[in-house]
Amino acid sequence: MEAVFQRGARPRAFDYKQMAVYAVLLAGILFFAAPLYIMIATSFKPMDEIRMGGIFSLPHAWTLDAWRQAWFKACTGLECNGVRVGFWNSVKITLPSTALSLLLGAINGYVLHYWNARGGRALFSMMMVGTLLPAQMFIYPLVVILSKFSIYNSLASIVIVHVIFSVPITALLFRNYFAGLPIEVFKAARVDGAGFWQILFYIILPMSKPIIIVAMILKVTGVWNDYLFGLIFAGRDNLPMTAQLNAVVSTSFGERAYNVDMAATLLTAAVPLLVYFISGKWFVRGIAAGAVKG
Amino acid sequence: MPARSRWFGIADLALTPTWVIVLIFYVGTLAWTVQLSLTNSRLLPTGTFVGLEQYVTLFSSQRWLVSLVNLAIFGPLFVGGCLLIGFLLAIMLDQKVRFESGFRTLILYPYSMSFIVTGLVWQWMFNPGLGIQETVRSLGWETFVFDWIVRRDMAIFTIVIAGIWHSSGLVMVLMLAGLRGVDADIWKASRIDGIPAWRTYISIILPQLVPMISTATILLMLGVIKSYDLVIALTGGGPGISTEVPAKFAMDYFFDRQNIGLGSAASVVMLVGVLAILAPWYFARSLRRTRN
Amino acid sequence: MDNVNAVSVAVNDLTIQYNSLKVIDGLNLSIQRGEFLVLLGPSGCGKSTLLNSIAGLMDILDGEIWISGRNVTWAQPKDRGIAMVFQSYALYPHMSVSENLSFGLRVSGLPKGEIKERVAEAARLLQIESLMNRKPSELSGGQRQRVAIGRALVRKVDVFLFDEPLSNLDAKLRNELRVELKKLHLALGNTMIYVTHDQVEAMTLADRIAVMKGGIIQQLGSPEEIYQYPSNQFVAGFIGSPIMNFIEGEIGHVEGVPRFYSDGLVIDLTNYRFSQESVSGRVILGVRCENIRLAKSSAEAVQHGTIDFIETLGADTVIWVQTGANRFAIRMPGTSKFERNSSVKFVIDAAHVSLFDTETTMRL
Repeated sequence: MEAVFQRGARPRAFDYKQMAVYAVLLAGILFFAAPLYIMIATSFKPMDEIRMGGIFSLPHAWTLDAWRQAWFKACTGLECNGVRVGFWNSVKITLPSTALSLLLGAINGYVLHYWNARGGRALFSMMMVGTLLPAQMFIYPLVVILSKFSIYNSLASIVIVHVIFSVPITALLFRNYFAGLPIEVFKAARVDGAGFWQILFYIILPMSKPIIIVAMILKVTGVWNDYLFGLIFAGRDNLPMTAQLNAVVSTSFGERAYNVDMAATLLTAAVPLLVYFISGKWFVRGIAAGAVKG
Repeated sequence: MPARSRWFGIADLALTPTWVIVLIFYVGTLAWTVQLSLTNSRLLPTGTFVGLEQYVTLFSSQRWLVSLVNLAIFGPLFVGGCLLIGFLLAIMLDQKVRFESGFRTLILYPYSMSFIVTGLVWQWMFNPGLGIQETVRSLGWETFVFDWIVRRDMAIFTIVIAGIWHSSGLVMVLMLAGLRGVDADIWKASRIDGIPAWRTYISIILPQLVPMISTATILLMLGVIKSYDLVIALTGGGPGISTEVPAKFAMDYFFDRQNIGLGSAASVVMLVGVLAILAPWYFARSLRRTRN
Repeated sequence: MDNVNAVSVAVNDLTIQYNSLKVIDGLNLSIQRGEFLVLLGPSGCGKSTLLNSIAGLMDILDGEIWISGRNVTWAQPKDRGIAMVFQSYALYPHMSVSENLSFGLRVSGLPKGEIKERVAEAARLLQIESLMNRKPSELSGGQRQRVAIGRALVRKVDVFLFDEPLSNLDAKLRNELRVELKKLHLALGNTMIYVTHDQVEAMTLADRIAVMKGGIIQQLGSPEEIYQYPSNQFVAGFIGSPIMNFIEGEIGHVEGVPRFYSDGLVIDLTNYRFSQESVSGRVILGVRCENIRLAKSSAEAVQHGTIDFIETLGADTVIWVQTGANRFAIRMPGTSKFERNSSVKFVIDAAHVSLFDTETTMRL
């Protein structure tokens, strides 16, 4: 057999395969990033530039006017106080909703995994199915119930609604996380004489930082992005940013101020985007955990 | 592992709020809505039982039928599109590319955004005078037409595109996790067996991802049935009623048109749809579990 | 000088770099046709890296790899004439056993009849004929490994590579499959390269063993050679269980007779095969516990010691003996009649010891 000279590392022929991979990824990036780019670019342009067209071009005259207009003076119906109203409403809604659903979720997950409560599994299955069902099934009766307690169209009502629909998913997250912790810690705590609540708050929850972060990310994003519940249950004084945004954009007297609209949209998307960019891997972990249901 | 439960222990007490929520707010409201659908309630609930009359009205409504057709178009296209693009991108990212987390960040970020924002963004992209059509024309192709959003027969497809833009990232992340979970030695074995990479993906890897794929599919399908925000923001149901969807139909009749009975009937039909999706999947999953 | 035709696999000057660290540097290895060569060593010694580079699954920095007379350094794994069996079996999970065996052949376009024949023969050899329609999840660990071996068999190649194939099995199965692998080798006669960290596997299966540490082959030889004449302290300590006794001491010459001196021990080294002239000074003496025997008569050059501890193993007994500052193990057959703290007399025969340089740890 003839000995062909071959030594050391294989020579890299031009890697067509790798080129194709980058090409596809680049096409993907363009598709996904283009709208965001356009919004950012347009929001910094004055209306004259926008009228001239060229939605993909960078602004010639960078201006923050649209942003100021959106934040301070955008009109929702008859009021023109800007989307900052909606921003603070969303904050007022998101914080308690997240805190309460995390707390209740942790307690439920804790009971379901560590304790043999009556009907625990049945309860859990019902909760899971509940989150999968369309919200329209629940809306009208909820309105009636909340009205009967005179809290319909208030901050309390929207928080209650969010918590009701969040507990299953947070309970699931916590339960699955607890299932991955060593059971010996719990047993040792019981032998040490710790009680039900003590074990939860002093032992288990301190060990649960990762899942608390994940649940927080999911809930903050989910509640902030909600539109339907906010529209129905929050009342005009507490309309979340998403609802206000839609009102702002569809309230058009005369020419649409696209730069203002886009600035307003970016402001609405800012909080979840910030959470997303900061949390990185945690966000991914969150949706993976949420997807692996039961 | 579980504690011996006393007759009514702390654990049971701790679950009481949850029981309240589930029994009253889930089961109770569900039952109530079903009951409402069998009455002739309009602005306020009445107790008058009218049998299936609301359902008859429902299915004689042009608007409702259009919304069902739209669901049948939007659903498969959206789910199929997300699966295809998500899987394709996951495979690309699995190829040891540089800047992997950068790519992933840029592909996934739409998923973090509200459907309202998504809808508005794409409303502008599809706007013939402002978005894609305008841009292509300004590049020289003067007769380029992309006005789907204002055409009754094509508007539904704009929703498909916007939806895929939003949710493909989710599929990609799930698929990538699945790909990474595959035994590395399987790749070595297939290389030694001389099986080309594409064949390995299709014949060996893909079947292993079936559970992941079915989970993603179910999640996406449920999202389809529930889709409301996206339609409201992108097309408002128009032009006319051409992008009407069941969720919007129900909402409109509950609040704007003040017909609680009909809205409830629409919701119940949506519920049936969801159950029709969940039941086989749940069944298949428990079959798989017992077999293992 | 090896007859070129008898060399099945040759590795020349192999250098592999990982994160700018050379894990293997200038390694040379020549494997004869039909030989069962075992790469033995602790985790991280480079044995799997070496195996994977022979298979073509790992990029190398420098060097050549020749298989069956062909330079395959740049060849893809499928073109190297090899088959491989993995620790995790790596069976295609959703395919049946017969599909697993035939998939590679189908992809390469072999005629159906030929495929059927090869699959049937492999199944017969490995006694898995009754499992052909099952999926891997329905098989036991031992069955899965057999299917993995079957997948290698159907490829009809010259060289088989095994990457710790028995490590995932429990002890009993491991022993069974070990015997079967040996029989398979005898029946087929192919060259087999086998990676393991288990020295029992190495000793029982190998024609030759390459003991590796830190990417370097410490010793290459038959099991007997490696066992009786380890080339350095690492090899001596790695093979054999319980491990070899190591005693620090000195070599002194009295009237031309070399002797080993350690606290309470004096051993005549006349019968020892030195690798170099006039060794003296501090050394380490290694002796296996079965090579120390109890003195039968006072005429022999006996050593004295006190029994410290007794381990009854059933077939043997190991007694731990203290002599001065030295403590070592002596193995003898059967059950012992000894008691703690009693004194013993024993003989250490220089022909069966190993001497190691204190600094270089190389055999003297």
